Amino acid sequence: MNPVVYWTSTIAKSAYILVFPLTLAFFLVWAERKQSAVMQDRIGANRAKFLGRPFLGLVHMVCDAVKMFVKEDFVPDGPHRILHTLAPFLAMFFALITFAVIPFGYQLTIAGETIGLQVADLNVGILFIFAMASLGVYGMVLAGWSSNNNYALLGGIRASAQMISYEICIGMTIIGAVLALGTLSMQELVIQQGHHYFGWLPRWGVVLQPLGFLLFFTAGVAETKRVPFDMPEGESEIIGFNLEYSSMKFAMFLFTDFIETVLIAAVTVTLFFGGWQIPWLANTGFVWPWGGDWEMHPNVVNILRMAAFAVKVTFFCWLMMAIRWTLPRFRYDQLMDLGWKWLLPLSLANIVFTALAVWFVR
Amino acid sequence: MAVQNTIKVAAQRREATLGFWEQAYIFEAVRGLWITTRHFVGNLYYHVLKLFGIITVHPLTPTIQYPEERRPLAPRLRTLHRLARREDSSPRCVACMMCETVCPALCIKIVAAEGSRPGVEKRPKSFDIDLGRCIFCGYCVEACPEDAIRMDTGILDIAAYSREGMLLDMDLLLSLQPAQQQTDKEVDRLQRLLLK
Repeated sequence: MNPVVYWTSTIAKSAYILVFPLTLAFFLVWAERKQSAVMQDRIGANRAKFLGRPFLGLVHMVCDAVKMFVKEDFVPDGPHRILHTLAPFLAMFFALITFAVIPFGYQLTIAGETIGLQVADLNVGILFIFAMASLGVYGMVLAGWSSNNNYALLGGIRASAQMISYEICIGMTIIGAVLALGTLSMQELVIQQGHHYFGWLPRWGVVLQPLGFLLFFTAGVAETKRVPFDMPEGESEIIGFNLEYSSMKFAMFLFTDFIETVLIAAVTVTLFFGGWQIPWLANTGFVWPWGGDWEMHPNVVNILRMAAFAVKVTFFCWLMMAIRWTLPRFRYDQLMDLGWKWLLPLSLANIVFTALAVWFVR
Repeated sequence: MAVQNTIKVAAQRREATLGFWEQAYIFEAVRGLWITTRHFVGNLYYHVLKLFGIITVHPLTPTIQYPEERRPLAPRLRTLHRLARREDSSPRCVACMMCETVCPALCIKIVAAEGSRPGVEKRPKSFDIDLGRCIFCGYCVEACPEDAIRMDTGILDIAAYSREGMLLDMDLLLSLQPAQQQTDKEVDRLQRLLLK
């Protein structure tokens, strides 16, 4: 490939995949307020106004950002300065870097050059996600430990215990999906989900792995450290690892949760809901199961697919937000019970069952 | 140990009342999600209608946007005091000290002076109410033989930046109007006055 095109396209793709989760996370801050309000028969934030209009409460987000930037960045005596500063950056970095292997579209053909819509097409992309998500816990642990505060340390310990418990389940369910679809590359996983059973049923991961999806999604919600699994933070009463943080560092921890929400939504979509696939949409256009087809330019098809991916991810963000505002928090022993006594055995059973099924089918 | 036993017994009792499907949690979680989603969709529908001006009142959201919208007040609700005037606009108050005497919070201070016209022997020279002490019991209104002090202004949001700000003097009390005769603008003006 032409190096100019290569570098331009890589930078453009990186910008897209960086801006996409950040924007979505930014709007999730808004959705946190407004969606909860609409679910609970309230009206929600509408007091901050720009030019005399509340703009559906969007002005509040701008106010939040300004507040977070302007607030004093207070660091109490005692913390390990370098680690204390590093922790929020680590947490956010590992959440963002994971998006590098998420395929947000198939490919675009611009001026004769075919550009795959994925920043890094690793042949073990799914393992990369798993590795980076596991490293993300270091942000929390370092934050808890370096704060020189017992409550923050306890929060960090809760965070690490929870993340490790649920990452095992995530890894196990990923193995199920990988077995069923037969590849470790993210792009190839999505392409594999483009086939149809009986000519109409999309071969999405959720069709092959319904239990795997449930387990992965549950563990994924736990990974985001939000209610009902917000034991590490528990901002309303117990206070967690981010106790000694203020200003923008605190905001980065807060934002990391939202980025992880987007991340889990994106991985769920990629593994179980066909990624950028639209049912019955082939590379040349729609092929309807009842006969007939609509021909389309490949680039139009692929832009539609990018949009489909965005819509799917947004839907799962919405679903996670709905879960967050519906279910009460687990008790700590319930949390551990769920992780070790239910999700882990079930995901192991899922692997065995999937392996047997794959063996019989082949 | 005792606490742990209590928790264990409570957990056993609760689990005994839950069936298998309820303990499996996932179905109950989905049921909860179904309820909140139903509310979400219904509310969103009316919010969109309202956004485009098709309806003006959201039928499912009982929120009252407080400073702009207010609930109607009951006529006998005790709100901020005022001093009534005679038809010739002189204060009705004759400085008889009944209200000051009956006030259980000791928040009324009256300084009496010689009456300025025939038939009225006394008049208040100053009439201060310390709202920081007032408990809004309404005894002053009941005690007043001249119906001079009333609590019908409809002003509820009383706030000040200092203790001195909670002191109302006679001029202010005389300038207040009953709630029915006040326009919104006057309410605003009076609230600003109170805040000063």
